[in-house]
Amino acid sequence: MATILTFAEQRDGKLRRASLEVVSEARRLAGALGATVAAVVVGPGTEALAGELASYGADVVRVFDDAALGSYATEAYARALAQAITDTKPTVVLVPFTAMGKDLAPRVAAKVGAGLASDCVGLEARGGRLVARRPMYAGKAYATVEWTGEPQMATLRPNVFPLGEPDASRKAEVVRGAVDASSRARVTAVKATTQGKVQLTEAQVIVSGGRGLKGPEHFHLVEDLAEAMGAAVGASRAVVDAGWVDHQMQVGQTGKTVSPTLYVACGISGAIQHLAGMSSSKCIVAVNKDADAPIFKVANYGILGDAFEVLPKLTAAARAHFASRG
Amino acid sequence: MRIVVCVKQVPDTETRVRIGAGGSTISEADVANWIVSPYDEFAIEEGLRIKDAKGGEVVLVTVGPDRAQAALRAGLAMGADSAVHVKDAALETTDTLGTARALAAAIRTLAPFDLVLCGQQGVGGDHSQIPGMLAELLDLPQVTVAVKIEIGDGKATVEREVEGGRETWETRLPTVVSAQKGLNEPRYASLKGIMAAKKKTIRALDLAGLGLDAAAVAPKVTVTAMELPPARPAVRMIEGDPETQAQELIRLLHEEAKVF
Ligand SMILES: Cc1cc2nc3c(=O)[nH]c(=O)nc-3n(C[C@H](O)[C@H](O)[C@H](O)COP(=O)(O)OP(=O)(O)OC[C@H]3O[C@@H](n4cnc5c(N)ncnc54)[C@H](O)[C@@H]3O)c2cc1C
Ligand SMILES: Nc1ncnc2c1ncn2[C@@H]1O[C@H](COP(=O)(O)O)[C@@H](O)[C@H]1O
Repeated sequence: MATILTFAEQRDGKLRRASLEVVSEARRLAGALGATVAAVVVGPGTEALAGELASYGADVVRVFDDAALGSYATEAYARALAQAITDTKPTVVLVPFTAMGKDLAPRVAAKVGAGLASDCVGLEARGGRLVARRPMYAGKAYATVEWTGEPQMATLRPNVFPLGEPDASRKAEVVRGAVDASSRARVTAVKATTQGKVQLTEAQVIVSGGRGLKGPEHFHLVEDLAEAMGAAVGASRAVVDAGWVDHQMQVGQTGKTVSPTLYVACGISGAIQHLAGMSSSKCIVAVNKDADAPIFKVANYGILGDAFEVLPKLTAAARAHFASRG
Repeated sequence: MRIVVCVKQVPDTETRVRIGAGGSTISEADVANWIVSPYDEFAIEEGLRIKDAKGGEVVLVTVGPDRAQAALRAGLAMGADSAVHVKDAALETTDTLGTARALAAAIRTLAPFDLVLCGQQGVGGDHSQIPGMLAELLDLPQVTVAVKIEIGDGKATVEREVEGGRETWETRLPTVVSAQKGLNEPRYASLKGIMAAKKKTIRALDLAGLGLDAAAVAPKVTVTAMELPPARPAVRMIEGDPETQAQELIRLLHEEAKVF
């Protein structure tokens, strides 16, 4: 039987949401492709994650449970995934398009000679083959992509593919693997810049601020609204370049690409490079005092008004809404 | 040190995208300006800074049609020493792996080298694949999405961006590193640089010259159709004073959009 192989990224013994999205999507494709779903997970203690992967649809979990694989190292992890590919000869290989997946997948594709399509936002099975949809030109065009030969390898944009309904009664067969853990490039230190906060690329709700906030001393208006909505905070390049906020918060062509359920743009004009990073959001709200601001062209809901007056009211209304729902 | 920088020519990011006649590419006729992919400018700049500090040379490599020569001239004008232009009809329909194979073969002709720099993404294609593929094909370590590079003795310390943080990596040289925004501020070419670039050598190579055949770059991934993004529904403007607007928006987000 054919196999759909997925790479399940974990950090500190926890599966990333994007990994579960990839397994969920593999499960959805499995019927049409007549395939079983296998997940590869690398790192010490990862055998404990097999149950969760099974609940989202993995039939087989291939674990490389090794203390020497504790921190991500491209060459070692690439060997592990490539070995799983050689062993299972999958028809499809799916990897989350996270910082790790983005670094890992191309190396593995070159190792096994697979065609790789990046940052896919849609997958379907057609005549037993995979067909993918992916944005190009910063989202100004969408390409339909097909493969010649196998494996058909793709990275999947986080937050786009819905999570399946976990079923705790599902069980997976665990297959242990071992691999040379050496790597010529290694992580020697990690500095968290947004520890404990919601990650932009994984956030379901994002509130972003731009130059319309006038100065860093007013940016708390955006942060307050984000807090009230349980959202991550984003920013336009104009305010990042002005040094109001960290570069990690920039949304757009030269920043993060995000697709939350809700994106609230406050005092952001909606330059094409900003839209490139957020126009695939499901629902967009714009608060701007210029009726002609391009952001209104992509927004679902618009508030024409002064952010200094509107944002505090919105924050209060959001707090009241969530308080009333417990 | 010999530093190789991979440069891709791409449509200007301001380009108004239209779909080409075949239905599976953008219309190149509507591309007014071709530029060096912005992340590759960071890579060129970093190469030049390392050369300034440690001595050596910066060699540019591109895979692309005739027009891609302009991207090489732009990099030479910034201060790179020489360039290699790989062009072949078979490469115009290849995919990322085919491009990486051709680039890797071209880079091998430049051995011994100490560092291969790329952009973290070629804008337009938006693949972010070539650096990792090159590293594998050249059997080198890789550090991608770099925001800081320090060259030591036979090794480099590189900071890279990940979700919510920054990692410091140590890697042996030679290595492949891909450049992210924030690595540096690319210089503008001076008039003198532009004049000097005209006299610098661009070596042209085709697949046969690299010892590759068309089969080695036959695409495994093909774009079969391209379309413009679906239009978003017209905006619904929320009227009233700020208090009313705020209440109404939260109600709509809850009841209509059902986002919370
Ligand atoms: C190669 C390249 C890459 C780029 N990459 C990015 C990127 O990744 N991300 C990005 O964001 N930009 C990027 N840019 C920059 C982009 O072109 C814009 O300059 C930038 O997005 C503008 O930021 P802004 O909307 O905050 O500021 P502005 O364009 O100045 O807009 C401010 C907005 O605030 C509104 N406003 C003012 N006062 C108020 C008020 N009191 N209440 C409500 N609204 C108010 C104004 O009407 C205006 O619409 C890039 C540019 C280039 C050339
Ligand atoms: N055709 C090409 N010629 C030279 N370098 C390239 C080419 N395509 C990609 N690259 C390099 O690889 C980087 C990442 O590109 P990509 O994988 O296409 O997003 C680019 O920033 C370039 O440095």
